[in-house]
Amino acid sequence: MLALTYSPQTPLHALSAPIKLMALSGITTALFIIPTGWASMVLGGAALALYAAMGSAFLRAGLRTLNGLWPFVVVLGLWHGWQGDWDGGILILARLITAVAFANLVTMTTPLQDMIACLVRLLHPFRRLGLNPNAVSLAIAMMIRFIPVFMARAEQLKMAHRARSHRSGRWAIIFPLALGMLDDADTVAEALRARGGITPKD
Amino acid sequence: MEKATVHIALFAALIAALGLIPKLMLTSGVPITAQSMGIMMAGTILGAKRGAAAVALFVALTLAGLPLLSGGRGGLGVLAGPSVGFVVGFPIAAWATGWIMERLHALPVSIAAGVAAMIGGIVILYIPGVAGMALMLDKSWSQAAMLITPFLPGDLIKAVITAILTQAIFAARPASVFSRSGSSL
Repeated sequence: MLALTYSPQTPLHALSAPIKLMALSGITTALFIIPTGWASMVLGGAALALYAAMGSAFLRAGLRTLNGLWPFVVVLGLWHGWQGDWDGGILILARLITAVAFANLVTMTTPLQDMIACLVRLLHPFRRLGLNPNAVSLAIAMMIRFIPVFMARAEQLKMAHRARSHRSGRWAIIFPLALGMLDDADTVAEALRARGGITPKD
Repeated sequence: MEKATVHIALFAALIAALGLIPKLMLTSGVPITAQSMGIMMAGTILGAKRGAAAVALFVALTLAGLPLLSGGRGGLGVLAGPSVGFVVGFPIAAWATGWIMERLHALPVSIAAGVAAMIGGIVILYIPGVAGMALMLDKSWSQAAMLITPFLPGDLIKAVITAILTQAIFAARPASVFSRSGSSL
């Protein structure tokens, strides 16, 4: 499973995850409370400069992560063009793209395990409400492990379906897939329990 | 507790795997993905609490940087994008679906699951979804709602498939449909 982290190290990788997350929430808040196109564009330029400072390959990878915004650029362009409100459209787009660009910058330069560590730390207060951090860590690890198992099982079922039918069978495999995995889940739970189970919270 | 934890992880993985199934194009040209069906199924099968936990786990790992949202999206950028409301609304939708499913225990599983998926997985999910889009794109609620209406037919189909699948799973493995078995492991 490939995470969205950019693999060659950049100076931004060296910053600690909590610092980057705090900076990100500061910048995003600023983007929404200073509702002028100029402020957004200045911050957007700063984001672009940060990407560029990490090298041209990093800049290209960063720009690719913004591709998903195209449909919204088109819809907003059409809407505001039709309304004749270009300034409004530019403001919204500048804010949107800048906010997403800064967020992607943090995602690209922070390893998944650092993010998960932050997440588990953020969940600490919920221990009082009965949340067991050991169960959360285990669930995270199991989920990541289950995904490739699911994909392999889906591939098998798809091939078996193709051998029997001329149709693609994309959706037809969901039921046997779910059923097989539910059976596996029972076995995994039994195995966990046989090995002492999840450590209760202290 | 082991069983609950494994099932939560399992459904989180199921939602991720469904997001990797290639999109299906409706005749209107609107793509539909199987991912939101996973949200519905987490609710109809696991019930409110565990269903919401499974979906919250999926959302948390997506935000942490796994590209698991349909179309290979993920990372914190999702929170700054126009679809933020849907992502934040996913666990709420699963909770609502499970809550309704648990309340409808007098009805046949397929009907209860269909109703729960339509209310929880569509009506409840669209509220934060539309709100997020309105906020991010600076549009009114009705304008934002217009943007997502094309997805409604696909979501209705998914609610029906969810009903059929939940019924089939209940028939084959009644003990695995926690929203019905009422076991509190």
